[in-house]
Amino acid sequence: MELLISTLDSTVRVATPLTLAALAGLFSERSGVVDIGLEGKMLIAAFASAAAAYVTGSPWLGLMAGVAAAVMFSMLHAFVSVTYNGNQLISGMAINTIASGITPVLALAWFQQGGNTPPLPDEARFAEIALPFVDTLRNVPVIGPVYSGLISGHSILVYMTVLIIPLVSWFVFKSRFGLRLRSMGENPHAADTAGISVARVRYIALFWNGVLCGMAGTFLSVYQTGSFIKEMTAGKGYLALAALIFGKWRPVPAMIGCLLFAFADAVQIRLEGVELPFVGAIPSQFIAVIPYVLTVLLLAGFVGRSTAPKAVGIPFVKSR
Amino acid sequence: MTDFAIELIGISKSFGAVKANRDVEMRIAKGSIHGVIGENGAGKSTLMSILYGYYQADSGQIRVNGKDARISNSQEAIRLGIGMVHQHFMLVDTFTVLENIILGAEGGFVLKKGLSSARDHLLKLNTEYGLDVDPDAVVGTLGVGLQQRVEILKALFRGAEVLILDEPTAVLTPQEADHLFRILRTLREQGKTVILITHKLREVIDITDAVTVMRAGTVVGNVRTSDVDREKLADLMVGRKVNLKVDKADREPGEVVLDVKNLGLVDHRGVKLLQDIGFSLRAGEIVGIAGVAGNGQSELMQVLAGMLEPTSGEVEYKGQSITHLKSREPKAKALRRLGIAHVPEDRSREGLVKAFPMFENAILGYQDDPRLMRGTMYNRRALIARTRTLIEQFDIRPGDPMLRAGLLSGGNQQKVVLAREIFANPDLLLVGQPTRGVDIGAIEFIHKRLVELRDAGKAILLVSVELEEIMSLSDRILVMACGQITGEVAGNAATTTELGLLMGGGNKQ
Repeated sequence: MELLISTLDSTVRVATPLTLAALAGLFSERSGVVDIGLEGKMLIAAFASAAAAYVTGSPWLGLMAGVAAAVMFSMLHAFVSVTYNGNQLISGMAINTIASGITPVLALAWFQQGGNTPPLPDEARFAEIALPFVDTLRNVPVIGPVYSGLISGHSILVYMTVLIIPLVSWFVFKSRFGLRLRSMGENPHAADTAGISVARVRYIALFWNGVLCGMAGTFLSVYQTGSFIKEMTAGKGYLALAALIFGKWRPVPAMIGCLLFAFADAVQIRLEGVELPFVGAIPSQFIAVIPYVLTVLLLAGFVGRSTAPKAVGIPFVKSR
Repeated sequence: MTDFAIELIGISKSFGAVKANRDVEMRIAKGSIHGVIGENGAGKSTLMSILYGYYQADSGQIRVNGKDARISNSQEAIRLGIGMVHQHFMLVDTFTVLENIILGAEGGFVLKKGLSSARDHLLKLNTEYGLDVDPDAVVGTLGVGLQQRVEILKALFRGAEVLILDEPTAVLTPQEADHLFRILRTLREQGKTVILITHKLREVIDITDAVTVMRAGTVVGNVRTSDVDREKLADLMVGRKVNLKVDKADREPGEVVLDVKNLGLVDHRGVKLLQDIGFSLRAGEIVGIAGVAGNGQSELMQVLAGMLEPTSGEVEYKGQSITHLKSREPKAKALRRLGIAHVPEDRSREGLVKAFPMFENAILGYQDDPRLMRGTMYNRRALIARTRTLIEQFDIRPGDPMLRAGLLSGGNQQKVVLAREIFANPDLLLVGQPTRGVDIGAIEFIHKRLVELRDAGKAILLVSVELEEIMSLSDRILVMACGQITGEVAGNAATTTELGLLMGGGNKQ
């Protein structure tokens, strides 16, 4: 029971930045802009937030810096791929490359710690929040451990994410902005002839994309690790993109995808060095591969036909 | 004095050195159906784009309801009560009809309110104009005829008083076209103004009150429809006498050249693209395949030309089975060697390499012809000489073998492909959409050549979405719907009504 709860607890922890990044990708791709730059934006945000939090001592200022950095990169992506109709894959790739290059250089220049930021003191990190009545409920069977072990004791960013998911769902499917956003990804010409500015909607979508990537990156450094570490995103951006595809570009299914990947990750950590009956200890490299094998399997077989927004990746050029 | 809904006065527009519109004058009376007719590149679309705010005219004036108007984007056009139904529908396939209609006019940030008030408005419009569209249907699942009505609804929903339709019947069956025309007449009765852009003479005669004829960017005639007939309009459009009728003597066909039996084609998803196709084609005969685009005609051509392998059935060519060829070379090439030439439907993608010069395109598919070689290299002089022959025989303009094929007009591109295939002296010619995007003058020429080929004893299989073309060229007409042959009609006895019914698959009732 305790093992299960701690596994699920770390699932939630790992799934949070994935989900934020997947939602970021959702905004971008629903608007018709491919975003493989999630990885780079998370990385730059992780660095900017850790640096700002270290200097100011405030996790909130860290968050703001992280969001600002990611939004800046998002706008760069928009500038290349919306204003100048550039190739969106190359622009995204460039963002990843720039981020992985510039972060250790700046970290080394500013903090002289081998490309990382110094560990954040506790007050500069997002704390784990104890929800009300944790102590009173702790000894109630079933509810107690679930409430105190799984639901309580996360960072504020986790609870914000929980609120953001339905909010994004509502915006994408029930609001005017969402209708316009979705039309961009399917047939921007339809929106254009209806008098909607394609560029404007795509810029707005990429702005929110940046905000969410910024939160995801901040989560990694200012909460989870407590410092910025070189290449700390380690493919999470791509995993989020995979979850987005798995979820067929819908918020809740994408979140479920993130939870699956995160669960695989949590199980992987717990399997490390464990002696299994008959098999013995599984080599750690083999275990480390689990989430990625799962990704391939899910995307190849499980999802069935996952149809991307029709116009995704195609620069919008006015017809006639 | 009549009230004019739209007045265009002295409109000019250039793109670089090309003058798309020159000093265009057009007055469209309120509550009328006004045709704008002209060949491809005559400037109709540019003019309408100016009216709808996509382009700004270099000079000239637009008046809407007698008042000067500056229309700098499509939103302003909409505000002035101008709506447009594009040739390629501007719809989001994954949205419902209702969502498509409110896109851009949602009426508030929360969709729910806008959707429910739009639903009421929509149902009212639906009954008022006999449009009969389900507001909750997903647009991608609707047929083209209905999608077009959604486009019309979209414009009406935004309060359009003037409706521009760009080549609206290009994708419709004759019955659907008739339905559309009924809707347009209802619109006129309700006081709306309709501008119909088309190149089909019959439609203009059938439904319009007045016509503006355009040629090479200028207006060559503003006439009342009742004062003209088809011949006169065609002459105006082309600028010379045109023979609309194809002269074709009756001729007794010869031996069977192509025999198709129970041909079937299933794609990788298991969808039956062709089912139980059977027909024969004789020497000295043109057999036309009619049908709305996307009913298996393209696939049939591709199977016969060796680009797709059939899943079942038999194809015999001059008594020899060519269903599956055991050959090391690609099937299409092997078939060409046997005397089957193919003019593909999509000439710019399958018939030509646009970036290549004309002389290289002139040997495409016949690139192994030993007469063109010197050792293992091409004899450039022979290539160019061959190209010059084709240019002469088919009057291709401009007649420069070095010119990139993409720079030729549609008609001349088609002539290059046709000339190349006919030069090979095939016994069977498969022709897809020979006159799509081709101007009337070139149509006349191409039709003449096809009939000559037939009279020379060749077998021709013709696929076209232009019913008039099928009817005037074919000795026999096969109609396809949903991958099946739904009927056969003799060429000289066919009527559009009968063909239309068969095109809708109507023989099954």
